[in-house]
Amino acid sequence: MSKDMTKPLLSVRGLTLDIPLARGTLHAVRGIDFDLYRGETLCIVGESGSGKSLTSLAVMGLLDKNIQRRAERMDFDGTELTRASNRQMRALRGDRIAMIFQEPMTSLNPAYTIGDQLIEALRLHRSVSRDTARARAVELLEKVGISAAASRLGQYPHQLSGGLRQRVVIAMALMCEPELIIADEPTTALDVTIQAQILRLLVDLTKEMDVAMILITHDLGVVARVADKVGVMYAGELVETGPAAEVFGKPMHPYTRGLLRCIPQPGMTERGGELGTIPGIVPSLIGAVQGCAFRTRCPHATEACGGEIPVRGEQSHRFLCVYADGARSVEGEPA
Amino acid sequence: MSAPVLELKNVAKTYRVKQGMFGKPKPLNAVNDVSLSLGRGEVLGLVGESGCGKSTLAKILLGLEEPTSGQVLVDGEAIGGQDRLALARRIQPIFQDPYSSLNPRKTIADIVSLPLRVHGVGDAKSRAKSVRETLELVGLPARVLNTYPSQMSGGQRQRVAIARALIMHPEIVICDEPTSALDVSVQSQILNLLNELRAEFGLTYLFISHDLAVVEHLATRVAVMYLGRIVEEADVGDLFDAPRHPYTRALLNSVLTPDPSLGVPDTQLGSAYPNPISPPSGCHFHPRCPFAETLCKTKAPRPVPRAGGHVECHLHDPDSTMYRPDFTV
Amino acid sequence: MSVKKTTAPLMEEITGPTPRQILRKRVTGHTGLLFGLAVVLILLFVAIFAPLLAPHDPYAQSLSSRMVSPVFLGGTWEHPLGTDHLGRDYLSRLIYGARVSLLIGAVAAAISGVIGTAMGVAAGYFGGKVDAVVTFLINVRLAMPVVLVALAVVAILGGSLQVVIGVLGLLLWDRFAVVMRASTLQVRRREYVAAAQAIGASTSRVILSEIMPNIVNNLIVIVTLEMAHAILLEAALSFLGLGVQPPTPSWGLMISEGKNMMLFEPWLVLIPGVVLFMLVLAINLMGDGLRDVTAPENRS
Repeated sequence: MSKDMTKPLLSVRGLTLDIPLARGTLHAVRGIDFDLYRGETLCIVGESGSGKSLTSLAVMGLLDKNIQRRAERMDFDGTELTRASNRQMRALRGDRIAMIFQEPMTSLNPAYTIGDQLIEALRLHRSVSRDTARARAVELLEKVGISAAASRLGQYPHQLSGGLRQRVVIAMALMCEPELIIADEPTTALDVTIQAQILRLLVDLTKEMDVAMILITHDLGVVARVADKVGVMYAGELVETGPAAEVFGKPMHPYTRGLLRCIPQPGMTERGGELGTIPGIVPSLIGAVQGCAFRTRCPHATEACGGEIPVRGEQSHRFLCVYADGARSVEGEPA
Repeated sequence: MSAPVLELKNVAKTYRVKQGMFGKPKPLNAVNDVSLSLGRGEVLGLVGESGCGKSTLAKILLGLEEPTSGQVLVDGEAIGGQDRLALARRIQPIFQDPYSSLNPRKTIADIVSLPLRVHGVGDAKSRAKSVRETLELVGLPARVLNTYPSQMSGGQRQRVAIARALIMHPEIVICDEPTSALDVSVQSQILNLLNELRAEFGLTYLFISHDLAVVEHLATRVAVMYLGRIVEEADVGDLFDAPRHPYTRALLNSVLTPDPSLGVPDTQLGSAYPNPISPPSGCHFHPRCPFAETLCKTKAPRPVPRAGGHVECHLHDPDSTMYRPDFTV
Repeated sequence: MSVKKTTAPLMEEITGPTPRQILRKRVTGHTGLLFGLAVVLILLFVAIFAPLLAPHDPYAQSLSSRMVSPVFLGGTWEHPLGTDHLGRDYLSRLIYGARVSLLIGAVAAAISGVIGTAMGVAAGYFGGKVDAVVTFLINVRLAMPVVLVALAVVAILGGSLQVVIGVLGLLLWDRFAVVMRASTLQVRRREYVAAAQAIGASTSRVILSEIMPNIVNNLIVIVTLEMAHAILLEAALSFLGLGVQPPTPSWGLMISEGKNMMLFEPWLVLIPGVVLFMLVLAINLMGDGLRDVTAPENRS
């Protein structure tokens, strides 16, 4: 397998997801673009209903049948995912693309031991003996920090704690040495201390094994600590994308800045002081959606926001706003 | 500090858990000898991992569970001696999930007026007025009176839940993870609202949360709970700036502030949370503690006073062989 | 008293339809429910206004006009559905028979519904010993064959409308208890129940006004199922001669009386059989439909 480092592993252009409903078409995802290189971690952050989970399912080809997927391009290492057959997608899933879900209980089958499930995950895609697969399972369980790995193989998912289960899920995702891991809120169901452990594990393993990762989350803290690249999603659009240091250091889109002001930041927000807010709610995406979807909640909205929204910024750090500086100067932020 | 409005004296709650069909029931000490006191207007943040007993403690305070031993005092009166209605007038809850905490078959007016009807306060007209005023207080227009919870967003529902809690003008509000089910932008609105309401009415909050950034923001004092015990309690500044207990330190370490220059922290908490049915010997925290010594496995640490509270750790006990006065974690 | 800066949520935020609007929309779009409801309502109408609708006295015998064929088999409009072996007008007996069927179905379902709901809700709400006792009683009841017990009781007490209703009412509560127990268990864990308890609401208030409204949709479904069940059992008992006694017009009895002539005059069995089938089918469709339309709406 040739590994071209200059070409993105996954390149998505103009991904659109439409859900036909009785009341009209719900434009859940509206033309998003992103590139992901090998070994890179992209965090897609957004609130509920922003379309971030659907985006990950669209890449995996796991959308409900009624959702219409369109894209100019969804290139995974030379394979065009929009034209891939079900058979091709099944061969990719779990092998070269692995997925980690929020609730580890749903991705582990309660009726089988974790050993069986780990071995099966490998033997589904590789013709290896049970013993080889078993050895690999033990190796990976140790790698994800599970002690007495060999004896754990005979245990059932319900015998493990939530944190251990998520470690098993990660080990399972790594069985076939995937090139891309898609993790949808992998730590939301876990306690804070376990969350830190699991995230650390994911970051270390993806770096060590040169795996690319798309991590879907609503938690800006997770994004800042884990991401190489950030995509801020709002109402079906990536309103700002860029390297983590730049997006957090100099957030351009008014929504990104609004979100960052909403969370208490120790040392920066005054204890007991007032937090920033974003008034209003996400607009309905049913029917024709025009202009900037954030304009109903944006303090700087003008008439121009209802029209065509230009893409601003340089190649790596881009955002969608009618203001050339994302209204930073209006808010008195340094340019 | 003024006379405490809420006091817990050696409160314990033990469940008997059956293991298997024929197993002998084993005791589970969900809350183990907890003493706390809250002054008027204070916000006590209660933090800890799931299963540490913080929700059981909340249920005891709300009168939904009977403590196995110990006393809960409100304004110096034991609540065992008061009837349920009197307790309900003084302590009210706000729950985590605004989708589950409002009855889907009732209108907002019904939900918010329920406390008034249960307590037989006023007539229909004065109740309606009171409901309108309380809704306005939490930022909801009177138009929502005849709508149902399913028509509202998560933030609006949580406002309704707050209105229901406040309509009887309680002194103490138990906030059990009130914002963890909400989106970031809505969470800050609710936190601001809780803060404003406290300032306006001198409310006392017991604020249960797993989000330490939120606790640091809102609380005046913090209690850290581990396996049913309060292992450290201190004023918010002291606790966050100089945590004494190794567990507190680990919790603070695990907070992910949105700072991309920092990586994911190492909490140094090796193993998983222990099974509360068979807690570790000595100090319950010793299997996960990077500073544990032999003493920790055999002897449970006693509470040692510190500013605004106490800490349970041999490292801070002057009578212990492990005492290290200079130890700051 | 006012809190200053809290952003008042925009009115546009309240966008969703009311539960009633959702219900209306679901009902009008559900063919099965509408069909079932229509058939049941028509039969109910027929049963209530039987004296006005029946062309003849259902008990009046006429030896001169026995076994008259229905109009579609060459009979006359004098007896549209013909007459039976005693010369009684078949249509009139069918119309009066609807009364018996619906009465037995409704009352038996009501009696068993009250017993089963009380037991199930108590078991689900209080748990512990109450739950253990109720679960034991459910198991005992499930171990008894309904038809055999009903046969034995009717054989001892003698068949009559009251006895049949009483026996079925006391036997068919098991499904109510099982379903209501499970539903209550589910609902009582919701935080609004804890909120009501923390307000100081009494146990009866919590059960009646917080829990019941949220499980009543399941109750309605079981009522329809058990109604259909009771109607079929009545027909079976009457067919065996142990249910409603002659000459009371009952569909089960009509089938029973017609069975001797089945080979020569099959319509004697077919007509009440088809009507019985239609009623039970309609009630079941109605129950299925009610379950669909009252299912809790999705969050999104």
